[in-house]
Amino acid sequence: MDGFTGTGLACIRSERIVFAGLDFSVAPGEALVLTGPNGSGKSSLLRLMAGIARPAAGHIAWQGVPVAEDPERYFADMHYVGHRDAVKAALSVRENLAFHCALRTAAPDIDGALETTGLSALADLPARMLSAGQTRRLALARMLAAPARLWLLDEPTVALDTRSVARLQTAIADHRAGGGIVVASTNVPLGIDDAATINVSVHARDDETLWGDAVADESAAGDSA
Amino acid sequence: MNAFFALVGRDIRIALRQLSDTFMVIVFFVIAAALFPFGVGAEPNLLARMAPGILWVTALLSAMLSFDRLFQNDFEDGTLDLLVIAPQPLWLAALAKIAAHWLTTGVPLLVATPLIGIMLNLEPEGYGVLMVAMALGTAIISLIGALGAALTLGSRRSGVLLSLLVLPLVIPVLIFGAGAVEASIGGFPAAQQLLVMGGLLLACLVLCPWGCAIALKTAAE
Repeated sequence: MDGFTGTGLACIRSERIVFAGLDFSVAPGEALVLTGPNGSGKSSLLRLMAGIARPAAGHIAWQGVPVAEDPERYFADMHYVGHRDAVKAALSVRENLAFHCALRTAAPDIDGALETTGLSALADLPARMLSAGQTRRLALARMLAAPARLWLLDEPTVALDTRSVARLQTAIADHRAGGGIVVASTNVPLGIDDAATINVSVHARDDETLWGDAVADESAAGDSA
Repeated sequence: MNAFFALVGRDIRIALRQLSDTFMVIVFFVIAAALFPFGVGAEPNLLARMAPGILWVTALLSAMLSFDRLFQNDFEDGTLDLLVIAPQPLWLAALAKIAAHWLTTGVPLLVATPLIGIMLNLEPEGYGVLMVAMALGTAIISLIGALGAALTLGSRRSGVLLSLLVLPLVIPVLIFGAGAVEASIGGFPAAQQLLVMGGLLLACLVLCPWGCAIALKTAAE
């Protein structure tokens, strides 16, 4: 097995089963898109994949080795760009990027990443001056600056303008052409060619938990009693 | 190791650009110590007798002000998630954060200490031992405080909870720190107290980053 696989994954948040029995398998050069309504567990699944949270059941394997057995090797091969951009307002754009590159083992290409994301002209500005879209681009520049084979992206196009979305699509296509793997969650079409899709909400055990109806029912029951 | 120094460097750089945070701790230290002469009376002999204790208690309380922001910013902006999944062990990142905290809070407190000693009429024989004990003590306080900050991360009113957790744990620092200064003023060797503090520092150096890493990983989940 050469790719990125997960079997029988389950996620429990605040004593509720968000999803269960979820399987995925992505081969090198392929992409996987996670869809589903808000609250269906896309971000939770990505956090499980990234190794930030541990699955309540099932396991995830990278290149045939369970992630839990050799996490540091897996982390060195993986980039995760979550909802929060992990950008320090007091540091300049370049300093932010250099810090994240120093955490990685791969040789960094900071100038190249700034160029690709269109941030070169802003490199010495403090990050607090950036707009939401520019901050997002800085977060995405992390994975361009230090190469890694697996990209985990949580709604990467949020706040991006059309030009930046096109740049991201090119970067993803290049990454896949080089044998990389991309897993992205989204609510809008990302324009990734022939990507497999998993609708996370299909694996939900109780649809009511998605919308908080269960909570409403409980409080209604409490009122009548 | 590269990542360790990058994290220390980043935190020091942020602290230098947001100097008000460090200043607040130092100003609190000076003001809190300056309240004692008003409270107990400005009698030089009485102040000299109380100076070691006042110095240690106020330094400890001022350091407490700095712990709530130690991991909070990284937790809120998502940097903590990335530290958890960085290819380095998390205890190394915790140790780097603690080292940066000591350099940006412990060292400024150390610099302000002799000035407050003069203000409180501390006996001249006490200064040498005071500085050594303070250097060891502030490092221990940084380590234990970081553990408390990691444990209370993400909870409501974490500042109060943090004080309840950390203050009882640093009582040994207070006892041996003030004891060392008093011994040297009284003309006795202070090596014993300083050695105990060194031992405490080594124990904390081993246990606290490890405990921090477990607490931070739980908070990130």
